[in-house]
Amino acid sequence: MSETSDLTTTTAPEFRSGPTVTHKVSRTVWSGAVETLGQGQLTLLSLWASPSAVTMALLDEATKRIGILRVDARRQSFPSVGRLYPAAQRLERSITDLYGIGPEGGPDLRPWLDHARWGVTHPMGATKAGDAPVTYAFLPVEGESLHQVAVGPVHAGIIEPGHFRFTVQGETVVRLEQRLGYTHKGTDSLMTGATIARGAELAGRTSGDSTVAYAWAFAQAVEAALATHVPQRAIWLRALMAELERLANHLGDIGAICNDAAFGMMLAQCSVLRERVLRTSDLCFGHRMMRDCVVPGGVSHDLEGAGRVAVAALVKEIRGTFPSLVALYDSVASLQDRTVSTGILDPALAKRFGAGGFVGRASGRDFDTRRDLAYAPYDKLKFKVPQRSEGDVNARVWQRIDEVEQSLSLIDQILAGIPEGLIATSLAAAKTSREGLGLVEGFRGDVLIFVALDNRGKIARCHMRDPSWFQWPLLEAVIEGNILADFPLCNKSFNCSYSGQDL
Amino acid sequence: MRKFLIEGLTRRPLTEAGPEPADPALEDQGLSLRTTLKQRLGRSLSIRQVDAGSCNGCELEINALGNPFYDLERFGLRFVASPRHADVLTVTGPVTKNMAEALQRTYDAMPDPKWVLSVGDCARGGGCFAGSYAIVGGVDAVLAVDLHIPGCPPAPVELLKGLLTILESASARI
Repeated sequence: MSETSDLTTTTAPEFRSGPTVTHKVSRTVWSGAVETLGQGQLTLLSLWASPSAVTMALLDEATKRIGILRVDARRQSFPSVGRLYPAAQRLERSITDLYGIGPEGGPDLRPWLDHARWGVTHPMGATKAGDAPVTYAFLPVEGESLHQVAVGPVHAGIIEPGHFRFTVQGETVVRLEQRLGYTHKGTDSLMTGATIARGAELAGRTSGDSTVAYAWAFAQAVEAALATHVPQRAIWLRALMAELERLANHLGDIGAICNDAAFGMMLAQCSVLRERVLRTSDLCFGHRMMRDCVVPGGVSHDLEGAGRVAVAALVKEIRGTFPSLVALYDSVASLQDRTVSTGILDPALAKRFGAGGFVGRASGRDFDTRRDLAYAPYDKLKFKVPQRSEGDVNARVWQRIDEVEQSLSLIDQILAGIPEGLIATSLAAAKTSREGLGLVEGFRGDVLIFVALDNRGKIARCHMRDPSWFQWPLLEAVIEGNILADFPLCNKSFNCSYSGQDL
Repeated sequence: MRKFLIEGLTRRPLTEAGPEPADPALEDQGLSLRTTLKQRLGRSLSIRQVDAGSCNGCELEINALGNPFYDLERFGLRFVASPRHADVLTVTGPVTKNMAEALQRTYDAMPDPKWVLSVGDCARGGGCFAGSYAIVGGVDAVLAVDLHIPGCPPAPVELLKGLLTILESASARI
């Protein structure tokens, strides 16, 4: 076992202000880190590959330090992380699919993103012509009176595609197994060799609901790699956009969760507020979802006087309407009956998987990138990180209600304190190859983006880790023992991204 | 709850019904859409949506069509859960290789006559994902597309415009 302090030496101010320091480690040190992860002393931030190496990002939640370790994989294998740390298993399976690099001792060697339909295998490694599609081996299920319900990839609602294989006994779910990868677009391969501008375009289209968070994390990574200082006004505008995005998603999802319990009034009322947020964003920044508004070096639109007035009016409107909606949610017994004690996420599991966002915080994982790996301007703003411990659907709804209130307060502070000045700067030139890390708290949780630039300033490798990677597997655990009819509620209360995970 | 119900009776609807200066195009489209439906199809139009690999941005705006500002169903348009009930298939995203078969099967499950509407910049030629090993291309690489609605993602008003246009071309084909 390794000392955690040796593995995680980098503070947030360090990795946020300059190129990322990556430690090339021996297989022994790597395996020691895996053991430390398995003992719960560290949290995995991400795990990714390049054609010749595998890299992991670690977080020590106690000291708020991170560490980036890289192990050689020229022999097409590396010591498995998922062997002792289950949250890494799907990431490892994806590494094998894309690069042909296998985890030694990995407990699950089935393909994940590769459905044998690409026409090639290992598209980012030693590529070969692909095999014919084979039947995916779902985990075996044995027992009396069990039957299976197969759902997807095309779902009944207007949502993303994925497959859920339920094994049920009567109405009770005994096991859920997910099969994802349907929206895999090969984004990693498109990133390789791309310009920074093209990379920003792709990053902003990784998970549409989090386009600001992704664009900001990508910009952070590039700016850190190039040690570029972004004007203060741009940074404050980014935070304004990020909080508007958080508001829109939280408001929309609170209504949608209630709608999944057949309480349509909440959906109607919340969707009005969501629409108002989108229209305000459009007025201020020229796009309802603020796509391509955060760019490396700054932002593309300044906040004009009319925009400032509109944002202030929006905050007032939500403050006026939202409390009575919360009271309504809290007072309808038939709704509470569906959400309270449904889909409980055990806090121990949330911690073990490093689940971010409202999913983790509603199950006692007290972590928020804005506070714990702080970045400007949040280091100058006052906000609380709400937290709950019940971990049920109700707790996740309340968690988001509390986060709406925090976002409103943050927007107030941003409007009051935003400095004047430029909204963008030009990026410094890259004369040598370098790497940078971006970590942004999106509405769903921490979005991590790692960028390696070559000596011409092109992207050599870009890895983007959606918070859903560490939330999707927990949904499988959460539904166990619940009735099948409560799955939509549980699923919506997580609202994981398919596209962000499938990439 | 009583408060909201009483408000619903006493307040003016949020639905942008009359000629709203904010969105003048919206009601025009809706009204002519309803007339065309009655005159030519004589029934409402059922839409099945398939995400063939989008980033989920287009889905958010399609969902917004149901909010009280746009209130899609007043035009006789509604999204249905099964392709068996659908007249129109809307498809978002570049078509990934992993979704191409599911998309084709969904289309095959729809009864004739049927129309395909591709939604969003990715749905035409794959958009910014074109050239990837994991992409078949745009929707037209799998299905014959009757109409394309551009945008990244298209705003709800643009989506409504597209639904009107496809209705007219759909009627012409019957």
